[in-house]
Amino acid sequence: MLMWRPAIASIERLRAFDSAQLQRGARVVETGDCAVCHTRPGGQYMAGGLALVTPFGTLYSTNITPDPQTGIGQWSLPAFERAMREGVSRDGHFLYPAFPYVHYRRMTAGDIADAYAYLMSGPAVDSPAMQNRMNFPMNIRPLVSFWNLLFLHAKPLTPVAQQSEAWNRGRYLVEGPGHCAGCHSPLNLIGAEKSGKSLAGGAVDGWEAPSLLGMASRANAWSSDQLVSYLRAEVVDGHGTAAGPMRPVSLSLARLPVSDAEAIAEYLLSLQTKAAITENQPGAASVEPSDQASGAQLFASACAGCHAPAAPMREIDGRPALDRTSALQAPSARNFLKTVLEGVPATPGVPGPIMPPFAASLDNVQLTALASYLRQQARPDQPWTGLSSTIEAIRQEKK
Amino acid sequence: MTPVTLNVNGSAQALELEPDMPLLYALRNHLGLNGAKYGCGLGQCGACTVIVDDKPVFSCVTPCAGLEGKKVRTVESLGTAERPGPLQKAFIDKQAAQCGYCIAGMLMRAQSLLESNPHPDEQTIREYMAGNLCRCGTHLRIIEAISLVARQHGSAL
Repeated sequence: MLMWRPAIASIERLRAFDSAQLQRGARVVETGDCAVCHTRPGGQYMAGGLALVTPFGTLYSTNITPDPQTGIGQWSLPAFERAMREGVSRDGHFLYPAFPYVHYRRMTAGDIADAYAYLMSGPAVDSPAMQNRMNFPMNIRPLVSFWNLLFLHAKPLTPVAQQSEAWNRGRYLVEGPGHCAGCHSPLNLIGAEKSGKSLAGGAVDGWEAPSLLGMASRANAWSSDQLVSYLRAEVVDGHGTAAGPMRPVSLSLARLPVSDAEAIAEYLLSLQTKAAITENQPGAASVEPSDQASGAQLFASACAGCHAPAAPMREIDGRPALDRTSALQAPSARNFLKTVLEGVPATPGVPGPIMPPFAASLDNVQLTALASYLRQQARPDQPWTGLSSTIEAIRQEKK
Repeated sequence: MTPVTLNVNGSAQALELEPDMPLLYALRNHLGLNGAKYGCGLGQCGACTVIVDDKPVFSCVTPCAGLEGKKVRTVESLGTAERPGPLQKAFIDKQAAQCGYCIAGMLMRAQSLLESNPHPDEQTIREYMAGNLCRCGTHLRIIEAISLVARQHGSAL
């Protein structure tokens, strides 16, 4: 094991790439969601600066435009490929695993070269890296080499002959560039995905990233059509629409050929749960008594304009009934509460659902009553537990 | 009907309201405060924006129940036609209104921004104001008016 890696010689920025490669590269970069982290809100494309809050401190995404000083303009393709597969910067320092090289390492050499060509062809932006605020001992970068020794094992994917081409494409997108497991897997105490639990559900930015196993067979099952539409940021009867950190991912997928979302759906729907689904069992003690009448009144005054059966959005625009959404069907109330508190912000230039935030309009008692009332409509057999403490926790997280 | 005491623009108002009434209706129909407007009724346009405890809210989707003990402020609290407040004066100076329907909401959202951040840059103003729409298209003048107050020294508000 090495705690230090050599620098790879800097080069003059490469500029000559053929247009077919650039088009392929644009698609690879979209499948890898590079811009989701490497572009901060209001910032320049790929110029970095987005804060990633982790249990170990706050990291800022870096500038991956071809600026020679502050971006990756001096990186050769071998340097870029080493970063993508081993998490090592051109100058030899270790990158933090928030950069999903544990997944990107499964990408084909062709895809990595195409992504490189695309990134190198973009406008160079002078935007120096922000200072990370990592806690001790994670602020000591060489320690990442120990982490890599333990967790950097993923091998390139070999196609499974018995499966369709679409399934194999879907598996490649999910396990490689799409790095779905980065959010949808539980993490261990040092921030690595727990072994054997890949895609079994995780957490990101205070949102629940649900398990992607057994989606075809769970209580609120997904059909292929539903999943393809959901993955492409549409509103889906029976599930709702992507919100929170999944929103930009789905907007990205919507820009790709529909065959990619279809491939991902085919692969995901083939995944089975390894163990029995462990949904929260209702504990009589922790279900808070709530006033269903006040929940109904709050729904009438705050939600009904859009979500009541006769509301125009339901009748004209085909929005699903709330009790049939994944957020209200889920074992955890977290995504429902996050959606109500933060809303679904508009995406400039893209038509789609928007929802106002209710953080300042509803207090914790009201939100508890509303959540309890709507859960009663959706899953009367399984009330949510610990609502008020979850709401309190989410409000604290926001600060 | 349910008794509710609302604290609006500094005075306590004891009202008898339907238990599911949104704040906008209480302000307009029960208190005669017609500044806040009904635009979409869905919390998507911002014409109904008022301030509750220093935060801008869409009053059309904010239940009256639960507002007891909180301080509601409407555009009527900023000034009068004879003595407009600094933000209102800037809107007049920049001629930031066309039909005027959205302006009460625009003023209250801008007011809450300037109270928490007295000197926002234009990008901050644009992002903060994004939830309020003007169908006449006076956004640029509205941003200019807010910038004018933001550039003034001291606590203009």
